[in-house]
Amino acid sequence: MNALLFLLPIALILGGLGVAAFFWALKDDQFSDPQGAAERILLDDDQELEGSNTDR
Amino acid sequence: MSTTPIDGGLGCPSQLAPPAHDQTRADPAPFVQDKDGEKSLELAVTGARCAGCISKIEGSLTALPGVTAARLNLSSGKLHVAWRGELKSRDITETVADLGYTAVPFDPTAAEQEADEHGRFLLRCLAVAGFASANIMLLSVSVWATNGEEMGEATRALLHLVSALIAIPAVAFAGRPFFSSAWNALRRRRANMDVPISLAVVLAVGVSLFESMNGGEHAYFDAAVMLLFFLLIGRWLDHRLRRRARSAAHDLLALQATTAVRLDDRGHAEAITAKQIAVGDRLVLQPGGRLPVNAKVLEGRSDIDTAFLTGESAPQVAAPDDHLFAGTQNISGRLIVEATADMAGSLLSDLIRLVETGQQAKDRYTMLADKAARLYVPVVHTLAAVTLAGWLLLGAELREAIMAATAVLIITCPCALGLATPAVQVVATGQLFRRGILVKSGNALERLARCRHIVFDKTGTLTTGRLDWINQGDLGPEDFRAVAALSRTGLHPVARSIAEVAGSGAIADDVTEVPGEGIKGVVDGLGVRLGRARFVGADEPQTPAEGTTAWLKIDGKAPQELHFRDSIRSDSAKTIQDLTQAELTVSLLSGDHPHAVASVAESLGINDYRAEVTPVAKADHLEERKRDGAVAMVGDGINDAPALALADVSLSPGSAADAAQSAADLVYQTGGISAVYAAWRMAVRARRRILQNFAFAAAYNMVAAPLAMAGYVSPLIAALAMSGSSLVVTLNALGLMRGDKT
Repeated sequence: MNALLFLLPIALILGGLGVAAFFWALKDDQFSDPQGAAERILLDDDQELEGSNTDR
Repeated sequence: MSTTPIDGGLGCPSQLAPPAHDQTRADPAPFVQDKDGEKSLELAVTGARCAGCISKIEGSLTALPGVTAARLNLSSGKLHVAWRGELKSRDITETVADLGYTAVPFDPTAAEQEADEHGRFLLRCLAVAGFASANIMLLSVSVWATNGEEMGEATRALLHLVSALIAIPAVAFAGRPFFSSAWNALRRRRANMDVPISLAVVLAVGVSLFESMNGGEHAYFDAAVMLLFFLLIGRWLDHRLRRRARSAAHDLLALQATTAVRLDDRGHAEAITAKQIAVGDRLVLQPGGRLPVNAKVLEGRSDIDTAFLTGESAPQVAAPDDHLFAGTQNISGRLIVEATADMAGSLLSDLIRLVETGQQAKDRYTMLADKAARLYVPVVHTLAAVTLAGWLLLGAELREAIMAATAVLIITCPCALGLATPAVQVVATGQLFRRGILVKSGNALERLARCRHIVFDKTGTLTTGRLDWINQGDLGPEDFRAVAALSRTGLHPVARSIAEVAGSGAIADDVTEVPGEGIKGVVDGLGVRLGRARFVGADEPQTPAEGTTAWLKIDGKAPQELHFRDSIRSDSAKTIQDLTQAELTVSLLSGDHPHAVASVAESLGINDYRAEVTPVAKADHLEERKRDGAVAMVGDGINDAPALALADVSLSPGSAADAAQSAADLVYQTGGISAVYAAWRMAVRARRRILQNFAFAAAYNMVAAPLAMAGYVSPLIAALAMSGSSLVVTLNALGLMRGDKT
């Protein structure tokens, strides 16, 4: 039963990290275009990040 | 204005051509936002639906000089472009149009700007509740699994304590949507669904904390948090549904971002937004353009299409000093007009008033879920109070009595009820959306399911609004070739319909189009004229023929008469038949001439029809119909808008006038009217599922509530019952996705 003493905190911290990651993703607008995100993964050419326009 | 095929480069696998739109050529310049030299523009793009589309559009825009960002949101179809320097906004829309997509300027001030804060708040609550219920369940299962024998009391107390440490902050965080709503209701001395929910959650946590502090066996932490989790799913689905419906409505407003070309005193043309038009402005109206305000013609002659306004399928002639209403479309010649009203004053004030009163009536509709909640709240409160009193009277301790009452609150809590409607509606609207039917208001489907009578408009709804050439067989092959060559160059609907029949081929030389009269040119050395009787030199017939007529005159031959009719959509007859078979009654209301209406009605098998109905009369007729039960209205014109707003539920095609689309509850993009039947079927099926879900929830409560009152509901049973009922309700909703059986 002593294992509980460290397993419980570990489980909670890992789960908490998941929730924190979800909060961050929500804040980062990652759910604003689910359809686009699903399609964009198929684009294989390298594109500059938004806002950094260089001549291609 | 034919549809443009998508070609070249990475093709769109859907091969769907974007719908034609008259505003493609509008100058988006007035909608450019300028922030310290960084200009940006929002465009609504239609036709984009895959990765290839994204890369084509974004790629060619970033290749334009000065463009700093181009981002297409595929889910909403909105394209954001930002640039610096001298690039003309028109180049942007044309670049997109050249790729085969339509890009229409989008007025972001009219669109909903808030970034859906409430939706995010609900999602955060949902995440916390999900995290907490998973972890507490893990601990609770180990307590239940040991059956109280293998596990020492100290360990059980530890697990309960950890559960409490998770549950208390989680409930405080994730319960806020319910607590604040319940508090607001109580302050106004009312009780809504959130009152028993809040009470159940708070009591369950409180009682469990007390129990676990005193070494008790039962703790309901898992039940409290799981309750929040399931209810939040329902809340979030409901919120998303409403938001999607609302933003569809807002987007339609934003898309009314029409532009106009104004001439200043020195005759210079300048692009402005329709909202900036003032009375007395001189405006240029090019062929193909739609007039945004009421105006008087100053110069030029042209044919104008008033179908949106009056339902009339044949074009009219506009000459200087003629008054034109907002919404009419210019067909052939360039016109210079003087605005006689601004945007707000342009629709007949009667129409606006009618639309508004109609909308208010719709807002008063009470949804099934609200009716259920009204019944439910007092029953649950009474049951819990009776349980508490009963246990006390039977001599139980206060602690036990409160436990039993809490169990009643938890077990009867409306998990299934909270999910019953939103789950079904989300599935139903999602299915309709895939078929190109946009549901614009949250309760539209419920209202549609109640309808037993459907009123159709004619022009543009049952018919395509285009002319169909009916006597082409009367022409010899040479004459046919001549009129085809001439028509391929014309803009008038008559010419376009002949050209459509003839397909591509040679075109006439020396073509001149005389607005309001006809078109003339030279084919094989012979002069050919197509137009009104007097234009070709024929005698005006004494009795006007049915439908639209045009005359053809080829040098050296006698004039010949060509007949045209508003063509009926290919799926109209089938749809009317389907609707009649489903025991709905159908009628036709049109502003067009009686003979045109009668011929359409007869060929579709509609016995109940009226012609030459004014917009106000349409609305009155709807009002009359509504006395005999719920009525649905399908229409596309500005003249239909009051009737659309007044009907219990209304549908309009995506090609409809903006006013009609704004007034409609459902907008279908599918071209044909079979969408009306599909939407009605789906609405009926969805209502059946909702009622099934309610019946299930009621049956569940009838079994569970007595058990809880008797004190037989342990935390394990509560958890099973809650998740089980929610699952059944959700699965039943998902059943809508399967074929059209139920």
